[in-house]
Amino acid sequence: MSFKLMDWIEQRLPVMNAMNKHVTQYPAPKNFNFWYVFGILASVVLVNQLLTGVWLTMSYEPSGDGAFASVEYIMRDVDYGWLLRYMHSTGASAFFVVIYMHMFRGMMYGSYQKPRELLWLFGMLIFLVLMAEAFMGYLLPWGNMSYWGAQVIISIFGAIPIIGDDLTLWIRGDYVISGATLNRFFALHVIALPLVLVVLVFLHILALHEVGSNNPDGTNIKKPKGSVAPEELSQFTFHEQYTKKYDIVDAIPFHPYYTVKDLVAIVIFLIIFCGVMFFAPEGGGYFIEAPNFQPANGLKTPEHIAPVWYFGPFYTILRIIPDKLLGAVGMFGAIIALFMLPWCDRGVVKSIRYRCTAHTVNLVQFAICFIILGVLGTLPASPLYNMIGVVASFGYFGFFVAIWIYSKNEKTKPVPDRVTGE
Amino acid sequence: MKKFILAVLVMLPMLATAAGPSIPLDEANNDLRDKASLKRGFEAFINNCLACHQLQYQRYNRTFADLGISDEDGLANYMYTGEKVGDHITNTMPAKDAAKWFGGAPPDLTLEARYRSPDWIYTYLRSFYVDESRPFGVNNKVFKEVGMPHVLQNLQGISTIDENGNLSEATGGSMTVVEYDNFIRDLTNFLEYVGEPNKLERQGIGYWVIGFLFILLFFAYLLKKEYWRDVH
Repeated sequence: MSFKLMDWIEQRLPVMNAMNKHVTQYPAPKNFNFWYVFGILASVVLVNQLLTGVWLTMSYEPSGDGAFASVEYIMRDVDYGWLLRYMHSTGASAFFVVIYMHMFRGMMYGSYQKPRELLWLFGMLIFLVLMAEAFMGYLLPWGNMSYWGAQVIISIFGAIPIIGDDLTLWIRGDYVISGATLNRFFALHVIALPLVLVVLVFLHILALHEVGSNNPDGTNIKKPKGSVAPEELSQFTFHEQYTKKYDIVDAIPFHPYYTVKDLVAIVIFLIIFCGVMFFAPEGGGYFIEAPNFQPANGLKTPEHIAPVWYFGPFYTILRIIPDKLLGAVGMFGAIIALFMLPWCDRGVVKSIRYRCTAHTVNLVQFAICFIILGVLGTLPASPLYNMIGVVASFGYFGFFVAIWIYSKNEKTKPVPDRVTGE
Repeated sequence: MKKFILAVLVMLPMLATAAGPSIPLDEANNDLRDKASLKRGFEAFINNCLACHQLQYQRYNRTFADLGISDEDGLANYMYTGEKVGDHITNTMPAKDAAKWFGGAPPDLTLEARYRSPDWIYTYLRSFYVDESRPFGVNNKVFKEVGMPHVLQNLQGISTIDENGNLSEATGGSMTVVEYDNFIRDLTNFLEYVGEPNKLERQGIGYWVIGFLFILLFFAYLLKKEYWRDVH
């Protein structure tokens, strides 16, 4: 009976076929390491944000008069409202932790290189939408840091010549940040951006499965049809979508092998996540900033307006450039540079394991500069910090210039034909 | 090893710590599990603070339930102005007039302990000193040019400040130094409780959840190991 029903559905909508293609018979390289868990962790966090967000929306009141009190209502009067709220606020920071790790993985193993440029671009769009989503979400509790943080970020658009002032007015819907701003940010935060985000994630995964997963060795697991001896072929069955044109080596089906492996990663992640959520939900003042325990007040600026930690690197680049417009250009340039990475890198070898020493040095200095910029973004400005910030910004942008130069005639190590054991 | 260094580098920003307060704070050493202390703090708040400072996000009956006070007992001994037990802990002082009297409306204190920290409250309430240049004749070491009078002067007495910024022992109050410190500790304890009434419950559940996750981790690892025996 149930088989008959499944056949009936399958003839009308090939659900099982799609399941095989993307899950049970998707060939994943067998040598994924620690760095390959962050994609699935990002999905876990996304689901967490969507679900807790829906339930928070049920009790939240998007108005200048009621927002702050409704959050405290959720914290006190709604059954387990505090848990939902902390899951959501901790999830926001966790999202950026896993996304930054995920992006860095892509940079280390050249997962943005041909043929995965579009996959990278979808990922970068996800990152961009996620930043907008986080920024708008941070206004909703209507705390004083929400208010002044939004004030600073929106004023950046005022630096654009001619249209700047009108643009900020259009974004705010008022001459100052007000209930009107809160309402539109609420609409964008709970409907528009999550929809875009989910569609982009869908496209990101489709694009991944079209070109296939990269791996820590950067080798190609799809060999030309007929070029591989039968005993060398993978012992597993893969979907004909993949085997039609290629001989697949060094691969295992995503399910069950990576689902059970990722389950271990998910549980470890949840232990850390719950550790923060249950025992330090303010994240030391970085996940929920102390001034946000006071309601928004247009007349009282917090002593030190700091963006949430995940905007730190970009905020520092904005701040160290004295001219407001150039600062904004620098900040957006830092994100555009990431978009352009597949074309900045002219190399053919993907993995850091087989690229030149200069590349390793370049990538490590990039990571260090990014972290320094992030830390500076949360600290008050001072001449010394600004100087460090300038140096770190040069390191950040220098990464993209340097890779363009040395990748042209790069002295690489021989790339193995097959994946190595690790 | 290289991988480890990279991982540490990427996770480093999470370890950065906030800049400390400019004035060293005394440790409150309050204990949220001490219900007697919370009750004394609640009573101190009702009698000394509520006339000016509200707890507008916290309800009476929630406080009663968490502190082990019955509604009848609460109505009789903690509620003086005829509210219902389900009401928020508010006062009737008009904010506009208050702003005129004190230079600014007295802030709501529901979240003060989360905004400032319990140690700040504990230190602040023990740091008033004589300063005739101020409207109420007192100033505060932790909160410069504060608009609030020393409401608890009849209990603590009042200190003076020397040129090095050190406070003398308070004189003229009905309590000894130790009694007053304990009184403020109870009040601080209560304000920390009000800031997040679920804090103890949150931590209690946290142990169970993380305990469960460790058990799950054990079985998830075994499952992974079993499946991956096929992979060569």
